[in-house]
Amino acid sequence: MKTTKLIFPLVLALAAVLATSGCKHKPVGLTNLPGQRPLVGNNDNLNTMPPGPTYDPNAGVKTGGGDLASTDLFDGMVPDRAALAADTIHFAYDSSVIRSTEKPNLALVAQALSSDPSAKLLIEGNCDERGTEEYNRSLGERRALAAREALAKLGVDPMRIETRSFGKDKPVNPGHDESAWSQNRRDDFVLLHPKAGV
Amino acid sequence: MKNNCPNIFKICLPLFLLAAVIARGQNEITIEQNITVMGMTKPIPVALDGFSGETLNVLKFDLYVQGFSFVGPDAAQYIISGSNAGNVQGRVTDRFAKRSLLSRSYTGASMRREAHAFSDDIVLAITGKKGIAQTKIAFKDEAPDGDGEIYVADFDGHNTQAVTHDGAIVAAPAWVPGRLALYYTSYKLGNPDIFRHDLSTGQRQAVARYSGLNSSAAISPDGTRVAMILSKSGSPNVYICNADGTGLKKLTTTSEDSSPCWSPDGQWICFATKINSRRLLAKVPAGGGEVRVLRTVGVSNPTEPDWSPDGKWIAFTSQMGEFDICVVPAGGGAATVLVPGEDPSWAPNSRTLVCARRTASYRYVLSLLDAPTKQVKDVPRVSGSDSQPAWAR
Repeated sequence: MKTTKLIFPLVLALAAVLATSGCKHKPVGLTNLPGQRPLVGNNDNLNTMPPGPTYDPNAGVKTGGGDLASTDLFDGMVPDRAALAADTIHFAYDSSVIRSTEKPNLALVAQALSSDPSAKLLIEGNCDERGTEEYNRSLGERRALAAREALAKLGVDPMRIETRSFGKDKPVNPGHDESAWSQNRRDDFVLLHPKAGV
Repeated sequence: MKNNCPNIFKICLPLFLLAAVIARGQNEITIEQNITVMGMTKPIPVALDGFSGETLNVLKFDLYVQGFSFVGPDAAQYIISGSNAGNVQGRVTDRFAKRSLLSRSYTGASMRREAHAFSDDIVLAITGKKGIAQTKIAFKDEAPDGDGEIYVADFDGHNTQAVTHDGAIVAAPAWVPGRLALYYTSYKLGNPDIFRHDLSTGQRQAVARYSGLNSSAAISPDGTRVAMILSKSGSPNVYICNADGTGLKKLTTTSEDSSPCWSPDGQWICFATKINSRRLLAKVPAGGGEVRVLRTVGVSNPTEPDWSPDGKWIAFTSQMGEFDICVVPAGGGAATVLVPGEDPSWAPNSRTLVCARRTASYRYVLSLLDAPTKQVKDVPRVSGSDSQPAWAR
């Protein structure tokens, strides 16, 4: 019994050593790497690019938000950033809810649109830096859409409004504290005038 | 005698195992390494001998981000020896088995490319899996004013080439699987629109230019369909269309959707969303259907999911004060927090991730992470802030 216990593992060990021993010197293999051409070509055709699919402008007009107006309806309009610069509204962290403190500014925006029926509106939604990039791009869009819905309730035709999210790419304050963040969580309003002479 | 028989087994079995461990110790280690535990797997110890300069740096970088560690020859499981005099040549020897696994010479290219080719052969010889050292990434480089360009580069951040020269805000580059083509978001024409860009010809075409948000394109594994986020119906939601933008279909009616990605079988789209004011990951059948929540137990505020090419894992970003890279089984369950970072993208090997890390100066730097071992290396930055990486696969 005792001899079996000792010999068994020794035999195994010997077999294992024999199996893995035997030094091999193979000839060195050769890999010849083919030439490399630049990855990126430069036949840019952006300026002659077809507009691509756009939304059907004949879709039914809804109040209280709903489908957005076609981008075609805003082509060639001249942005006036100064007109409504004082009416920017701000948001709580990670929220697209319009607070009651912001409603007077929205009323001023609605008033500007009602006094100039030819004007349209671009709402730019923005976020602070405390979120991931594409999450913030969606949150910024929600903030712009929330203002659009609120303006529709104030009687503005939502088809006169386009929305644009910059996520966290356009902070108004480059700081990294709550004071900066609270200024960056905002909707900016840009009045759009028809091109002169049209 | 009847009672003796089990006793012999009791005594002999451990001795048998001990003998196996002593005689073929490295096999025990190999078995351990084959069980991938995200964040907890031990690196494979190797010794490098005979290399210098750029070749040595490339080999160490490539192997480190694929789960290898560097030790002295006495502690190594594998010896990687050779030289870079004139051209790269090298051998891999299994120290325990006393067996040569690889012996090869590389010619015809820069020292970097020869070293990358050698490191791929090393990884294949030791792990049996394809290395990632000759793969590409795409990312965005952003200037302080928010404008940026899309870039492509070797996976380690070298050989960067600008894809765009627009001086506009750009976002979310995504590769067409197996093709030299990208989709990305650009504000070049004012609105965030999605373009397809053929890298070899430079041709690009608009894929989605609807009102509101057009962003976060993700191309199906077979290259025929695109998932993306549009807000044209009044809320940012997941849509799907053909590769050229035709055949648009809305997939979700949830709120604040972002960052769709595909399951490797093309059946599911996973995305970040908000349900009852809580940020969650969810998935929806690519053909349309019910949205299902993907549980990420133990972490909160998940965004930016990416499905591993082997189908087993979903990597994502959690935001609990700071941002962390996490992984969760693709069916949902307990999430594992790996390292600080954002926006992970899997390498073809389903173990290395590229992500963006916020630096002390509030800029992003790209970082490579070997998920099983949590080994991390930053890659060189283009100029400003580099983020939203996408691994070509």
